[in-house]
Amino acid sequence: MDSHAVATGALYGYRNQKSSSTNNFFESSVTLETFLFYTLGAVSVGSALMMVTRRSPVMSALYLILNFFALGGLYLSLHAQFIAFIQILVYAGAIMVLFVFVIMLLNLGDEKKLNERFSWKKIVGAGLSFGVLMELIFVFAFSKANLPPSHFEKATDIGTVENIGMQLFTTFLFPFEVTSVLLLAAIVGAVVLAKKKLN
Amino acid sequence: MGITFSDITSSAPLVSLVLFSFLTLIVESWGKDKPVLSYWVSLLGVGVSLALSFGHLGAGIPVFGGMLLQGGFAGYCNLIFLSSAFLTILLSRGYLERMECHRGEFYILILFSTVGMMLMAGALNLITVFLGIELMSVSLYVLAGFMRKKVRSNESALKYFLLGAFATGFLLYGIALIYGTSGTTDLVAISKLFPQLSHNPIFLVGCGLLVVAFSFKIAAVPFHMWAPDVYEGAPTTVSGFMSTGAKAAAFATFLLVFVRVFDIAGTSLSQVIAVIAAASMIVGNVTAVAQTNVKRMLAYSSIAHAGYMLSGIAAANVEGETGILFYLLAYTFVNVGAFGIVSIMERQDDKKLNFEDYEGLSARRPALAVLMTIFMFSLAGIPPFAGFFGKYYVFLAAVKANLTWLAILGVLTSLISVYYYLRLVVLMYFREGDADLDHSVPRRSMIALAIAAISIVVLGLYPSLIVDLTRSFFKI
Repeated sequence: MDSHAVATGALYGYRNQKSSSTNNFFESSVTLETFLFYTLGAVSVGSALMMVTRRSPVMSALYLILNFFALGGLYLSLHAQFIAFIQILVYAGAIMVLFVFVIMLLNLGDEKKLNERFSWKKIVGAGLSFGVLMELIFVFAFSKANLPPSHFEKATDIGTVENIGMQLFTTFLFPFEVTSVLLLAAIVGAVVLAKKKLN
Repeated sequence: MGITFSDITSSAPLVSLVLFSFLTLIVESWGKDKPVLSYWVSLLGVGVSLALSFGHLGAGIPVFGGMLLQGGFAGYCNLIFLSSAFLTILLSRGYLERMECHRGEFYILILFSTVGMMLMAGALNLITVFLGIELMSVSLYVLAGFMRKKVRSNESALKYFLLGAFATGFLLYGIALIYGTSGTTDLVAISKLFPQLSHNPIFLVGCGLLVVAFSFKIAAVPFHMWAPDVYEGAPTTVSGFMSTGAKAAAFATFLLVFVRVFDIAGTSLSQVIAVIAAASMIVGNVTAVAQTNVKRMLAYSSIAHAGYMLSGIAAANVEGETGILFYLLAYTFVNVGAFGIVSIMERQDDKKLNFEDYEGLSARRPALAVLMTIFMFSLAGIPPFAGFFGKYYVFLAAVKANLTWLAILGVLTSLISVYYYLRLVVLMYFREGDADLDHSVPRRSMIALAIAAISIVVLGLYPSLIVDLTRSFFKI
């Protein structure tokens, strides 16, 4: 989950650099936007950590909702209004209801402790993950990459429904159509795996 | 913008396959409990698409507003995927009937998955790459778990799904970083920006994440852990389909993105891929020696073959590209055939899957033994068969790209592989045993195996047929 924060950080840095062509990094870093970014970023990373470490599945689900809201806020601060609202509606709304229903229907009893044994594989895995994380942080913190300019005149134009709709039905019409085939395949798959009566 | 009529005609193989997959779906929902109908419709669909593909081998043209490449390279790859799907459908019917899970959805999912593969091979935009991979993978997750009553099959589907979802995360994060640094997802535009971007560390991180995602899909070490368990648990013909069609599709995208677009020759990315190739050859071949289950042996062998083919990508020259394309075609026929014979030998509840179960097969089922011998010889890379030329071309490419160590390692590990491939042949011919079938082999399965075997021999005798064709794709 924390990779999310890094990703949005990179995107944010991209916006920052665009607007700060005249003033330097330190001046622009005290804006409200920056403050919001760090707050929401901290909430999303923190809630993601809480989500994977809670024992009760309901608590995990609640932290996941918090995480979705924080991500929605991040999208909003990037002027992606439409994505932000879809994030809240679809993820925090619909998908979370499904989660909670599944938890309810499974009627999970007391938590059984997973038998976690010590193994070298885990140590090596943790070491590698830590190494990759450090590498990513290093790259994002210290690289002076030239990032391309935005296609839009006004930053607020990026995420409007009109613009997304225009893009979706002109440039990205083909991927949009392919998505429908993908969803159909997923529906067929769900029926195959979940249909009660075989044959 | 939008979709024009010429887009549809230029991508006729793809569009017709999509339409046939819808038709199969309709037929399946009408004809209750008559999966045979779906079998015929899907076979016809793949056949039509295959026939149309032969007319689309000329120059590649971008269609659908530059989202997809049709013809040329993509047309050739479509032939590979469609051959794999065609043979898999032929082999699956008898197998699924014997395993008592013959349902029409199987064929629908095979078609959907093939559509995904065709999108991957023709992708000219990272979004198309993503959608193609997802369409293929979602269908394969379900196909792996198609035998719902079998615990192993369920385990296989879940394992593939969880790890596959994780790999998708890597893919998307990589795409996000590449988009963030280049400002576009269009591969043609990225290829123009590549000289500047190749010094941008964030872009390189994105490329690294793509390497991880693609390596997962082709089952290269160290992203191979899923392959033996998934191939072992999945229905055997599906394992054959996954190890050929899906692998070929992932290689096609790998080739398209990393050699055609990024032009990695002589860069650090080429070194990374060379190391992954070396690790796959060593781990795949050494572990395969220790296997007692034929399906697992073929899984490790497919990891090793991914290593051989990756050396062609690491080389990143024309020889490597044509070599991989030839290799993929040859490997598709060989592996669908080998898994096909395993599926014929298999009984319910995972019985008759071990090496000992093949002892003395030649005495009772000489035809099957001869076919299996052809497939094993080709996998081992013994000259008259196509497998030899596949290896020859990719290793030659590695030598030309100053990766001689990789070629030497490839030859050495191929020597190890001869041991476990020929072990099966020795067991079939020189051991007394009671290997036999308690059912008659359907004629359609024998036809599929014969097509595979004949193709291997023809490709082995006339490799220039394919090599000249594939070379024409890369004259720019």
